Amino acid sequence: MPGKLKVKIVAGRHLPVMDRASDLTDAFVEVKFGNTTFKTDVYLKSLNPQWNSEWFKFEVDDEDLQDEPLQITVLDHDTYSANDAIGKVYIDIDPLLYSEAATVISGWFPIYDTIHGIRGEINVVVKVDLFNDLNRFRQSSCGVKFFCTTSIPKCYRAVIIHGFVEELVVNEDPEYQWIDRIRTPRASNEARQRLISLMSGELQRKIGLKVLEMRGNAVVGYLQCFDLEGESGLVVRAIGTACTLDKLSSPAAFLPACNSPSKEMKEIPFNEDPNPNTHSSGPSTPLKNQTYSFSPSKSYSRQSSSSDTDLSLTPKTGMGSGSAGKEGGPFKALLRQQTQSALEQREFPFFTLTAFPPGFLVHVGGVVSARSVKLLDRIHNPDEPETRDAWWAEIRQEIKSHAKALGCHAVVGYSESTSICEEVCILSASGTAAVLNPRFLQDGTVEGCLEQRLEENLPAGCGFCHIPYDELNMPFPAHLTYCYNCRKQKVPDVLFTTIDLPMDAAVIGKGCLIQARLCRLKKKAQAEANATAISNLLPFMEYEVHTQLMNKLKLKGMNALFGLRIQISVGENMLMGLASATGVYLAALPTPGGIQIAGKTPNDGSYEQHISHMQKKINDTIAKNKELYEINPPEISEEIIGSPIPEPRQRSRLLRSQSESSDEVTELDLSHGKKDAFVLEIDDTDAMEDVHSLLTDVPPPSGFYSCNTEIMPGINNWTSEIQMFTSVRVIRLSSLNLTNQALNKNFNDLCENLLKSLYFKLRSMIPCCLCHVNFTVSLPEDELIQVTVTAVAITFDKNQALQTTKTHAEKSLQRASTDNEELLQFPLELCSDALPSHPFPPAKEHLESASSNSGIPAAQRDRCSSWIELIKLKAQTIRRGSIKTTVTVEKASPVGEGNFRNRSSPPCANSTVGVVKMTPLSFIPGAKITKYLGIINMFFIRETTSLREEGGVSGFLHAFIAEVFAMVRAHVAALGGNAVVSYIMKQCVFMENPNKNQAQCLINVSGDAVVFVRESELEVVSTQQPAANCQPSCTGGEVTT
Amino acid sequence: MTSELDIFVGNTTLIDEDVYRLWLDGYSGLWGTVCGCRFGGAVVLDGRAGRARMSDAVALRVRSGILEQTGATAAVLQSDTMDHYRTFQMLERLLHAPPKLLHQLIFQIPPSRQALLIERYYAFDEAFVREVLGKKLSKGTKKDLDDISTKTGITLKSCRRQFDNFKRVFKVVEEMRGSLVDNIQQHFLLSDRLARDYAAIVFFANNRFETGKKKLQYLSFGDFAFCAELMIQNWTLGAVDPQADDMDMDLDKEFLQDLKELKVLVADKDLLDLHKSLVCTALRGKLGVFSEMEANFKNLSRGLVNVAAKLTHNKDVRDLFVDLVEKFVEPCRSDHWPLNDVRLFLNQYSASVHSLDGFRHQALWDRYMGTLRGCLLRLCHD
Repeated sequence: MPGKLKVKIVAGRHLPVMDRASDLTDAFVEVKFGNTTFKTDVYLKSLNPQWNSEWFKFEVDDEDLQDEPLQITVLDHDTYSANDAIGKVYIDIDPLLYSEAATVISGWFPIYDTIHGIRGEINVVVKVDLFNDLNRFRQSSCGVKFFCTTSIPKCYRAVIIHGFVEELVVNEDPEYQWIDRIRTPRASNEARQRLISLMSGELQRKIGLKVLEMRGNAVVGYLQCFDLEGESGLVVRAIGTACTLDKLSSPAAFLPACNSPSKEMKEIPFNEDPNPNTHSSGPSTPLKNQTYSFSPSKSYSRQSSSSDTDLSLTPKTGMGSGSAGKEGGPFKALLRQQTQSALEQREFPFFTLTAFPPGFLVHVGGVVSARSVKLLDRIHNPDEPETRDAWWAEIRQEIKSHAKALGCHAVVGYSESTSICEEVCILSASGTAAVLNPRFLQDGTVEGCLEQRLEENLPAGCGFCHIPYDELNMPFPAHLTYCYNCRKQKVPDVLFTTIDLPMDAAVIGKGCLIQARLCRLKKKAQAEANATAISNLLPFMEYEVHTQLMNKLKLKGMNALFGLRIQISVGENMLMGLASATGVYLAALPTPGGIQIAGKTPNDGSYEQHISHMQKKINDTIAKNKELYEINPPEISEEIIGSPIPEPRQRSRLLRSQSESSDEVTELDLSHGKKDAFVLEIDDTDAMEDVHSLLTDVPPPSGFYSCNTEIMPGINNWTSEIQMFTSVRVIRLSSLNLTNQALNKNFNDLCENLLKSLYFKLRSMIPCCLCHVNFTVSLPEDELIQVTVTAVAITFDKNQALQTTKTHAEKSLQRASTDNEELLQFPLELCSDALPSHPFPPAKEHLESASSNSGIPAAQRDRCSSWIELIKLKAQTIRRGSIKTTVTVEKASPVGEGNFRNRSSPPCANSTVGVVKMTPLSFIPGAKITKYLGIINMFFIRETTSLREEGGVSGFLHAFIAEVFAMVRAHVAALGGNAVVSYIMKQCVFMENPNKNQAQCLINVSGDAVVFVRESELEVVSTQQPAANCQPSCTGGEVTT
Repeated sequence: MTSELDIFVGNTTLIDEDVYRLWLDGYSGLWGTVCGCRFGGAVVLDGRAGRARMSDAVALRVRSGILEQTGATAAVLQSDTMDHYRTFQMLERLLHAPPKLLHQLIFQIPPSRQALLIERYYAFDEAFVREVLGKKLSKGTKKDLDDISTKTGITLKSCRRQFDNFKRVFKVVEEMRGSLVDNIQQHFLLSDRLARDYAAIVFFANNRFETGKKKLQYLSFGDFAFCAELMIQNWTLGAVDPQADDMDMDLDKEFLQDLKELKVLVADKDLLDLHKSLVCTALRGKLGVFSEMEANFKNLSRGLVNVAAKLTHNKDVRDLFVDLVEKFVEPCRSDHWPLNDVRLFLNQYSASVHSLDGFRHQALWDRYMGTLRGCLLRLCHD
């Protein structure tokens, strides 16, 4: 009996009218957890019932606590017929299971019905008392923290990054069970919502167990997905990175450690038990065994750190000899060998992280991806989902071997996805092959620090660009030069990655969103034939997407892609490819060459003229883009470098492959036997179209920037205004004469128009940047294309932007020299890593002016809203004197108070409903995250049988998405939070049947609930605690700029 | 390629003030046009727009030059307009009970924006309010909105919204205790100015004052609202008993009955002469229109006192403003009284009564004349 769950139902408000005769409702509430149900009294004839119930207590296993959601149903009492359901609230109590997060869930929750949407709100208080766990063979993993954030969360420090965890659970989809024929749509939807909630709870518990096995205490970069396989079932799968995290309790306590790094630093993680539940357990418990097993690992850590020293010494000599290329070889081999041993025990050395602690990432090889086409069959035994497991294992194995081929032992920025159409399923995985620094992968991390730093005498801004593979034995032909930054190591001409831009990377100018879009028609087919057709198309699509990306990158005058995400979606009669990435100019990489156009028939004069005209247009565009993105690298004469170029031809460096359902794996190296990637040959109209389409991408209007990574290179003075949004578009293709060209054009227009609309809508925020622009494409029906975009617009200060960019280039050059000084501050750097990764204006006055800038509009807002406050004040004074109105006003009053009671820092005291910010980023500009409250993972279904009445498909989906946002915000507020970071809409499946006036939509969202404090407020605090809070963030700013 | 679905949802609900105004003004956001004739010119577009058909709202936005400013296309504008219109439609339900807008969780809107939404939603057109002021807010009147729309050039949709707002506010505050303005402010969260206007509208609707006669056409809503406020402050039940039901809506019946007593001021010839001489003595040399005043005194005084005496009948209460204009404003106007002379006269006219020893209803007189003086001064303009 390890836990007692306590629930109190306080009140309801804005309930719908359930009794037409009286225009009122007789509401009561059922509270269900597991198989136990409690009921409140019926509150007669009110739309704002005050139940004020007793505490309902559930005594449950912690296993159930993790799996089951708390289910609250609001009903209308009916004496003669069955009680009518008003709606439900599902509350995930997981955040209450680790004590660092929330302690109570309390607040107003929207009452949700899958047919009617939100119908009023209910005020609920939930608490959990956890007891000591005496069970030796426990199945629960309470206490393991989950983060959606794909970097080390801001108020934590990574002690060890253990590695990849994955799990999947399968079940029958209730929508496809026989019983669905006789039950109502509502019952079916609710069964589905409940099942998925249960499954994700179970999944999280199982992953947690794996983490405990690895002796970690947290999962970072947790990504959970649903595969709606239709007839064959429902798969819920998740991947993540197991870590041992150490809470940075107070920066003041942490700072002294900077000067004498090793000893105290090492003690902290082990003394301060990261798992409070563990701490409370008695000496005989298995958990204690685990804590015990930490101590040998401590001693082990010393050994390993001494080996670390060896490791770090070897490269030092390697580097010290000053020779680059060939001497670098043995170093790399050694490093590889060392880390390999650290990674060897892991089946998959994968990391879902996209941003890393400084020094973690040594080299980046390039993007690795694998796809596989599978035929779905019914999952016969849900308890042993072997087939699905085997499918993914196969793909991961492939990714691993690709990484090896690139001379890398690990894959970072790893993600998995599926696309399903009828019984065909494309499984995709991609990541970035990389060489990692072993010290984060093992216990006993910090001791080797100082020595380690010597090895890192590589210039900070370019180290990760250096090739990890042997240049004489390259996995694919590539154009190598000496690094433009340090001139010691070889770098490739272009670099594609799936990770965020490393904080210390030296970048010139600004970045921009680059997309490749592609459609391919496919014959309708069944089963095996269909799968084969898709498999045959995939390589061509991959190749074309890659070529498009490369061309667009060149056109922008840039040389590297970050955050690359290639999505291939399958439909009945076509395949769609959509690749998004953020292009940047890395100072370490060579200047990209232009794009040459070559004609096939050189004798034709007019044709020649046309070609030269095109060439001119392309050259103009490149020049224009260079100006637009402020790309002006310092001039370096090629002769000085005098690089021995082994392969003169420029090549692509994306390695990937397909494996088909038929299991014959065709390794495809895209660069083999192909023409020079940057000579576009116009040999037919198709090619002409391609060139044209290259030039049709319109740059964003002035004042707008966009990227799909966390931060925009070259902009580092964000103001506090953010706007997260989701936009969905569905277009219907005219079915006549569909050609690939027409399709491509339609798809291209769709995406471009969507972007244009976004720029227009957000014009009031200029100057601003769209960050983390996440496009998802799906083909819900024959002639329908659906594109969903979620992103956040952040305003920035233009004047400061100019200043910093001017100094930026110099700074990146200075970096190498200042690197030595930074060495001494290494632990400080670590701690700065734990602080917002967004770059702050480096100088103090910038910080101040930024905060004062954000202060002004706030004050204005206050002024504007003041009279509404005045009215409310007045209303309160009136209330005292009058009796008639008291009732309604009193009912309304617990709203604000109830909300604020649990809030550690009321974000906006003058609004009735607390403001909850949402952002897909891991940080909030101008603010510091002080606490992570737990993961938000919600799944909703909405259905309607009166589509026209609800404003058609647009009205229906618009309302639903607004409701989803509202429910996410309500849950965060109830946890005591004021923001969701790393928010993502993982699924938005929309189906319609206009003839029947019906539509259905499924949405799955997730994120991390947090408490943040504005920097300006923080400064006030820090004056009392002499600058302890502020200093690390300032330092962090210097490191990043 | 046709767009099936096109939506944009922000965590903070975007409110475009210009589009909100178009929506409130009742311009259609959908394809196909109702008043294409009125804005026919805008339907023909430049090549960039690429579409000939567009909704009224979009056409109006195009005319505002937004495409040139932003470099957007008409399709972008259409999509944006539809998004806003959908949002407003969803918000409308909440705007019917503004406190709900503050407490709801679906739309995250900064308080200043909430205030703007409410204030603009409850704002009304001068031309419209003049048409319905003093009319019963019933279905019958609602049927006449077609005519009002044609007459005023305000879209039917906008007329309906304004009418429904009046009616809704009326229904809510109808049987409430306490100050009318405060009640309106509390239940509709309106600014002080707007709440006062609504109080006047509700007061006029309740008492059915005639405002539509031709001779009253020169009066603005502001004139009536000013009078309403004075009457609410002095002539209603609430003026004497702050706890009375319907205190601010209904005129104090007892007071109206008592007003009959004032008749003596004109019926008693001695009293009338004395009153006249008192006024004339005091104003001699101070008034530009002294002789006209002297000649007209008895007529004017009879007019004002008779208006008071008649107020026992509902029918005459309704005609209050007609009577005031006929009996006082028009005579003054025909003699070209300057406003200042009117003020001096009215002040002296009310004050002199205190010196009439035979007159016992001083308090009653002050309650009546104090308000009437203010009203008359306001009504005296061209």
